[in-house]
Amino acid sequence: MNWNWSVIYEYMPRLIDGVWVTLELVFLSGLLGLILAVPLALMRASHNRWLRMLPFGYIFFFRGTPLLVQIFLIYYGASQFDAIKESALWPILKEPYWCAIIAFTLNTAAYTAELIRGAIQAIPKGELEAADAFGMSRPMKIRRIVLPRAFGIVLPAYGNELILMLKSSSLASTITLLDITGAARTIIARTYTPLEIFFAAGMLYLLITAIMIGCFRLIEHRLNRYQHYKVPTEPGR
Amino acid sequence: MEQKKTALELVDIHKSYGTLEVLKGVSLSAGDGEVISILGSSGSGKSTLLRCINLLERPSKGRIIMSGEELALEPGKDGDLKASNSRQLERMRSEIGFVFQNFNLWPHKSIIDNIIEAPTQVLKLSRDEAIARAEKLLERVGLYDKRNVYPANLSGGQQQRIAIARALAMEPRVLLFDEPTSALDPELVNEVLAVMRSLAEEGRTMLIVTHEMRFAREVSNKVVFLHQGNIEESGTPEEVFDRPTSPRVRDFMASHH
Repeated sequence: MNWNWSVIYEYMPRLIDGVWVTLELVFLSGLLGLILAVPLALMRASHNRWLRMLPFGYIFFFRGTPLLVQIFLIYYGASQFDAIKESALWPILKEPYWCAIIAFTLNTAAYTAELIRGAIQAIPKGELEAADAFGMSRPMKIRRIVLPRAFGIVLPAYGNELILMLKSSSLASTITLLDITGAARTIIARTYTPLEIFFAAGMLYLLITAIMIGCFRLIEHRLNRYQHYKVPTEPGR
Repeated sequence: MEQKKTALELVDIHKSYGTLEVLKGVSLSAGDGEVISILGSSGSGKSTLLRCINLLERPSKGRIIMSGEELALEPGKDGDLKASNSRQLERMRSEIGFVFQNFNLWPHKSIIDNIIEAPTQVLKLSRDEAIARAEKLLERVGLYDKRNVYPANLSGGQQQRIAIARALAMEPRVLLFDEPTSALDPELVNEVLAVMRSLAEEGRTMLIVTHEMRFAREVSNKVVFLHQGNIEESGTPEEVFDRPTSPRVRDFMASHH
């Protein structure tokens, strides 16, 4: 076997460009997805049956079909409708970048909504009753008790979701985006060194994952401080 | 005896779960500064009654009147009553301190944050004001040095004393205690009872659901004995403890001494 380190070295800048595209895709759609997921989760956890049913179809579809299919539906599907091509949305929907962002956002929002719903329902009932007993209104209770508490509970699972999304983002390369995977494939088409370049791409994904895990551990430690807080012992006592 | 103003009045409270009737028309009134203990075997409806007062449990029928103001109620879709006006319910709830069997402190908030949460958010007190109030109460329950730790760092008895301080921080007109010592190890019960005793002594209006017979006898002005959703007997501690007319109350007292 001929292992060629120099091709990795030579094309690393191209791969690094891909890293930025990947990070943009993950964090922009992660953020938008999270913003979308919170109201969806609140609806899913609601006591009102209609409110609870409303997001069901959406969540079912996006969790029940492959992300790749969703990307294709948005990227190839949007241009099939004249109404969309003539609408103000077209400048956005004709860009593969935004199609990927939209697909990722809708996909992760569906998963995250279910994660947050589970977290909300895992809050011990008594803690919410305490909020009721103090005369908190429902919006105040949600803002001050339910969501902060749910975020603490959901954090480990949400870190997992973001890592899954990082890997799924490689699907963006199928609609011409030059993320890490897309960049790797372009390089390989020129150099015929799939092993070296995919190895390098894999290492970059690993590195990003490691950094994400570290960040989440920090946030978790900060947000869930109460779980490992030790009462400082005074010396001489 | 001079006529005390009525702090809290419950009229004909009913509560059913499906076909099971837990409360069958309980009426009760507490004068200003009165301490009422509610006794009864488990399943007699005493906790449900207490929880109906601030609508943690929605009564099926009945009226709730606090300091002359009646809580407006209307039938909900499931047949039980709900507040007609959520603003009024929130205001009245903020004037009722509720102490839970399981403390129900918010575990992700420090002790001081637990105590100032409702005063700053519901009463819109400034943070400084709320902290001053909280620190005074922490001193009162003997836990000032714990103000920056988290609930999980405290024993059950300490958590319950914090929960009492948290309720007091709202300066409520009425305090409701739902079996406040039932979840505690025996050696931790007294520290909580001591705090409650001092509250009774300073003339707070309190309704206490409890199994602590000796305590109930010592601090209460009035004792109410519930049995199968009805008031079986009520009167002064002496009347209910020493000269109960109901054989059921007699049996209960005999088995709890």
